[in-house]
Amino acid sequence: MLKQIVFIIVLLITLGIFSYTLRNLILLFKQTKPFPIKDFGKRFLMMLKIAIGQTKIFRKPVTGLMHALVFWGFCVITIGSLEMVIDGISGSERIFSFIGIFYNFIMASDDIFAFIILIMILLFIGRRLFLNIKRFTGIEMSHKNHIDAYIALSMIMLLMVSLLGMNTFYLGSGNEIKGFYPVSSIFASFFSNINNNTQYILYEFFWWMHILLIFAFANMLPYSKHFHVFLSVPNVFLSRLEPLGKLYNMENVAKEVKLMMNPETAFTASDSNTVPERFGVKDVEDVTWKNYFDALCCTQCGRCTDVCPANITGKKLSPRKLMMDLRARMNEKGSGLIKNGKEFNDNKSLIKDYFTSEEIWACTTCNACANECPVNINHPSLIIDMRRYLVMEESSAPSGIKAAITNVENNGAPWQYSPEDRLLWTKEINL
Amino acid sequence: MEYIEVPIMSECFAKGQKPEYLFWVGCLGSFDDRAKKISKAFARILHYAKVDYAILGKDESCCGDPVRRAGNEMLYQMQAFTNIEILKMYEVKKIITFCPHCFNTFKNEYTDFEGEYEVIHSTDFLLQLINEGKLKLNTQAFENEKIAYHDPCYLGRANNMYESSRILLDMITNKRVELKRCKSFALCCGAGGAQMFKEAEKGNKEVFIERIEDVIESESKVLATACPYCMVMLTDGIKYKNKEEDISNFDIIELISKYIQID
Repeated sequence: MLKQIVFIIVLLITLGIFSYTLRNLILLFKQTKPFPIKDFGKRFLMMLKIAIGQTKIFRKPVTGLMHALVFWGFCVITIGSLEMVIDGISGSERIFSFIGIFYNFIMASDDIFAFIILIMILLFIGRRLFLNIKRFTGIEMSHKNHIDAYIALSMIMLLMVSLLGMNTFYLGSGNEIKGFYPVSSIFASFFSNINNNTQYILYEFFWWMHILLIFAFANMLPYSKHFHVFLSVPNVFLSRLEPLGKLYNMENVAKEVKLMMNPETAFTASDSNTVPERFGVKDVEDVTWKNYFDALCCTQCGRCTDVCPANITGKKLSPRKLMMDLRARMNEKGSGLIKNGKEFNDNKSLIKDYFTSEEIWACTTCNACANECPVNINHPSLIIDMRRYLVMEESSAPSGIKAAITNVENNGAPWQYSPEDRLLWTKEINL
Repeated sequence: MEYIEVPIMSECFAKGQKPEYLFWVGCLGSFDDRAKKISKAFARILHYAKVDYAILGKDESCCGDPVRRAGNEMLYQMQAFTNIEILKMYEVKKIITFCPHCFNTFKNEYTDFEGEYEVIHSTDFLLQLINEGKLKLNTQAFENEKIAYHDPCYLGRANNMYESSRILLDMITNKRVELKRCKSFALCCGAGGAQMFKEAEKGNKEVFIERIEDVIESESKVLATACPYCMVMLTDGIKYKNKEEDISNFDIIELISKYIQID
C-alpha cells in the first residue's frame, strides 16, 4: 500500500512537471503562423514507412540499423513501461500477464531488445568518444551540445541496465514468474547463490530505478536535443506530402499581385483595414508552427549538413544550425512574446543575430538536406522564407541577384537580352 | 544548305494551326551559348520525330524559378500570371521542356494559380518517342564509351525522376557508370536557387569543382546531364581542371540527336 501511495505521488509530480512543460510549449506554438494539414490517410502511410519503418535512417546502412534496433526496441519496451505504471498504481505485479502466451512473447522481445539497445548505446557512446565523425562537428556544435548527447545516451544506457537488472532479479526473487526472459535468465544463473530475499530487494531496487529513470527522462527530453524521442513520429506524420521541388505560395503576395494584374477587382478583393503582414521570415513569430516543430524535433544528427553542397565546400551555411538557431531564438524571445504580444521587440532577430545573410544566400535549394533528414525536416523552404523577408522587406540581396531580378522585371530573362533575341537560336539548324 | 524550321506559336495560330505540344525553351535554352546548342539538338529531334509542336519565341518569358528562389515572390507571381495568360491564349495543354527548373515550376508551382498542364521533361519525352517507335537510334554509336550521368537536383530529389535518363543512356552505351554520389545522393552542381547569378559565399571551393572531381574519379570520357544549369556549371568545372581534352559534357538530348537514324 505504501509503495502504491509513493508511486502515485511520484507519478503526479512527473505528470505535473510534464504538463507545465507542455503548457509552455503550446503558448510558444501560439506565437507562430498557421500551416494547414490535410490528407491524413497519405500521412499515415508516410509515417508507417519513414518513421516506423525507419527507411530514411537506413540511407546510412550501419548506423541506420543500429538506430532502427534502438527505435524498434523502444516501441516494444514502452508496452512494459505502461505495465509498470499500471502495476505501480494498482499494486499488482505484471498485470498484462493475463493475456497468456502472447505475454511471454512480449516480455521475451522486451528482454532481448533491452540487451540489444544496451549494446547499441555502448557502441554509440564509443563512437562519439573515439571515432572522429565529421558530422558531429561544426560551428553550431558547442561543448553543451555534446554533453546533451552524452546525457541522453547515458540515460538510455541506465534505463536498459535497470530493466535487465529488474528482470534478472525478478527471476530469483521467489515470486511467481510470469513471462519469458531469455537474456535475463542467463544473467540470473550467475546470481543463483544469492538468496531469494536479497534478490527480491534488488528486484524492487531496479524496478524503482527503471521507473524513476523513465519519469526523469520524459521530463528532460523536452529540454534536450533528444526531444525527437517524442516528436519524430508525429513530425514525419505532419511533414509535407508535395514533391520537395515545390515551394508554398505566399497568399498575401498573391492578393497584391491579383490587384496589380487585375485592377477592376481591386475594390471587391481588398479588405483594406487589415495591417499588411510582414513578408517572409525575419524572426520566430514569422515561422509556421511546423517550422518550430521541425526545430524541436531536430536531434542534431548532422546528416543534413553532411550532404549540403555549401557546407561541403567550406561555406558557413549548415542546415542543422538553422534548426538549432530557431529553437534557441524561440527560447530567448518566446517568453517575451507570450507576455507582451506580437509587438514585443528585444532588438534582436533570427536573421542577422542567429542566421546571417551569408548563410541564407549560400543555399542552392538542392534539397539534399531535406531529402536526407530521417524525420523529414524541411530546411530549404525556411531559408527561402528568410530570403523573401530580405528581398521584399529590406531590398537586400547580393548584387548579382539584384541584377537578375531587375532583368527579369525589365526583359523577362535573368540577363539583359531582349525578348526578340529568344528566336536567335532557331536560325541555321542543320538538317 | 537546308535548315530546320522551328514553328512559332503565334504564326501557327495565324495559320489556324493548334500545335499539340509547346516546347518551352527556357531562358538558358534561348540565350546561353552552350544551352542554345541543346535547343537546336532538341528541335532537330522534334523535327525528325515529326512532333506537332511550336515554341513561344518572343512571347516566352522567365518562368520565375530563379527570382522565386531568390526570395522575390512578388515578381515570381507576376511572371506566373503573365505566362499562364499567354499559355491560355494559345490553349496550351502539353508542355515539353529540357530545363528541370522550368519543369518543376510548371508542374508543381503554377498549379497554385490554376495553371494545370501536362508537363513533360525532355528525358521522358525522348523515351516516349523511342518507345513509340517515332525515333530510332543508331545504338552502336557510343558502344564502349564510358558515360557518367550527373543527376540534376530539380529532376532527382525535387521530383523523384532518376530512371528515364539512365534508360536513355543505356540505349547508346553499355558502359554507363554511376558517379560516387548519384541518384538521391547526388551532389548539386551549385547553380540552383539563383546561385548561378551571384558570386559564391566565402568558402574553400566552388561547388562545381567538388562535383567535377566526382566525374574525374569516375574516369568517364563523356559526362551526360539533363539540365542547362548543370551544363553551364560542369563546363566551368571541366575548364577549371583543364580536362577539356579528356571529358566532354553533353545534354542527353545532344547525345541522342547525334545518333538518331534518319530514314
